[in-house]
Amino acid sequence: MPLVMPDLRPIAPEIVMTCLALFILVADVFIRRKETLALLSVLGVAVTAFAFALPGVLNTTFGGMFISDGYSMFFKIIFALNVILTVLISVKYLDVEKVNFGEYYALILFATLGMMIMASAGDLIVLYLGLELMALSTYVLAGFIRYDMKSNEAALKYFLLGSFASAFLLYGISLAYGLTGTTDLGRIAMTIEQQGLAGKPALTMSMILIAVAFSFKIAAVPFHMWAPDAYEGAPTSITAFMSVGPKAAGFAVIGRVFLMAFPMVRAEWVTIFIPIAILTMAVGNIVALSQTNIKRMLAYSSIAHAGYALLGIITGTPDGLASMMNYMLIYAFMNMGAFAVIIMLRSEGFKGDTISDYEGLSKTHPLAAALMLVFMFSLTGIPPTAGFMGKFYIFMAAINAGYTWLVIIAVIFSAISAYFYLRIVMYMYMKDPKETVTLTTSPSMGLALAITTVAVLAIGMFPAKVVYLARVAFP
Amino acid sequence: MLPKLFFGWFAFAIIALSVLVITRRNPVHSVMWMLLLFFQIASMYLFLNAEFIAAIQVIVYAGAILVLFLFVVLLLNLREELLANRFINAWPVGLVFAGAIFAGTLSAVVAFVPNFSGQYTVDVINRETHTKALGQLLYTDFLFPFEIASLILLIAIIGAIVLAKKRMRS
Repeated sequence: MPLVMPDLRPIAPEIVMTCLALFILVADVFIRRKETLALLSVLGVAVTAFAFALPGVLNTTFGGMFISDGYSMFFKIIFALNVILTVLISVKYLDVEKVNFGEYYALILFATLGMMIMASAGDLIVLYLGLELMALSTYVLAGFIRYDMKSNEAALKYFLLGSFASAFLLYGISLAYGLTGTTDLGRIAMTIEQQGLAGKPALTMSMILIAVAFSFKIAAVPFHMWAPDAYEGAPTSITAFMSVGPKAAGFAVIGRVFLMAFPMVRAEWVTIFIPIAILTMAVGNIVALSQTNIKRMLAYSSIAHAGYALLGIITGTPDGLASMMNYMLIYAFMNMGAFAVIIMLRSEGFKGDTISDYEGLSKTHPLAAALMLVFMFSLTGIPPTAGFMGKFYIFMAAINAGYTWLVIIAVIFSAISAYFYLRIVMYMYMKDPKETVTLTTSPSMGLALAITTVAVLAIGMFPAKVVYLARVAFP
Repeated sequence: MLPKLFFGWFAFAIIALSVLVITRRNPVHSVMWMLLLFFQIASMYLFLNAEFIAAIQVIVYAGAILVLFLFVVLLLNLREELLANRFINAWPVGLVFAGAIFAGTLSAVVAFVPNFSGQYTVDVINRETHTKALGQLLYTDFLFPFEIASLILLIAIIGAIVLAKKRMRS
């Protein structure tokens, strides 16, 4: 069995990313100023993004195990944006938290590499390994503030429940393998069709287990238990990272696995996902109402947003998938922006993560308050922000696919969500400041805020470009 | 008949030992039962013509991981540990869920057809030996996953260092 040299061009971005992460790891030993590492990481990710456009990138390699297509490329752009924005908002924050170590950047890059592999996986084994690469790095990052009990708790809870989810995934994969004799997504679909496996209980069981595992990753109810604690305890920059990257990666694999491997049994997995989506929107939005910690509130908000995005998967149409991808991109910008403001409030000796800390922010720091206002409007889905466009396209795709009743439920919960998002706005603009809040600013933070604000407003006013990108990306 | 008997014994032993592992009050006892459990699983692999995985199971799990487990357990305060309850109060809920998953799996198992076989039949494995077949596959068809696995191990090392090292700027 001689080894045929596989085509390496499709995995060029992954190779560049691996080299970058290894380089940062080694450079950490020689570079004293960790800010330089942050700069190198951002530049390196930019080079990786450049590799997205190399000739021959869009192809399948390693015998179908790695699929580099428009779909995965769109998600890789989200991951690249996610890692760049995370690094930008982390630089000063790590200093404040006194955990300014170089491994932080290497781990973030490795986690992103895992997400990129997940988005491109054409084989369940590759998918699982990519997921573990992402998850292990994120577990460590969640516990990065070692002296803080809450950070430890976050890491441990995330790790235990994440491993639990991995076990479910493996069980589901082994059942699918036992039935079809292959782990290749395309061949699984073929075998299901040829041998008439649709409707067999083993296949349903396998799909349920895989759906459960992915629901853990996107923090969908009832598999969301880890999210609030993990999001609250983790370093805020990592909370931002976790709420965008792994979630988008989770959606990428849900779309890939269920539409590529199980298209024959769509009716079955839709009945699995519809109750999950409804529960996710309900629990996420309703429990968020009673939160006093803003990181916890955004954790529930992130759960709720997973519910909306699931509607795009449920439709199963190219339109629905494109609107889901679109939503993930918009969510990346608005969530990152909101977390950037939260990080600014954190200063030496002041946590700044309870909602009451925002009282009267417009009087003391009008610009920060205005930015937070934009992000909160966007998360609620109020025009002319991007959040509105994201929801609009998802709901429209769902209505076109005949799920009008589901959209009505989603709109009702979306209206409920206005209460807790706009409460922050109300606190900022209609209350008087109790204590003076000092902002921790830095040039990189300013850049991150500028990027996110401009993106949120620009996509909100001119959404056609992004929507077009997502639509051509999905074949 | 004889293979079924062997399989039945291993399956029974694995389940019984697993129950022992999670119900023992003393963590050291739990770990010791787990050692036996790992050997039973290794025997099961051996029985399935997978001698390489059986050897790895003994060397890595029984040999390395279990020793680490013992280290960790011995670092605990055993006296306090002995007084603590083994299960949280919500264990009946867990039992119900486990039962449901068991029933679901049981109903799923009937769909499997025993005459299905891939490229690597028992004859091929007997001729080529399991280790060789596995090695060849890992370095050809499964080269890509194999490389990702190496990165995962690297992450594990970095993670262990990050979470355990003393360096902490004051």
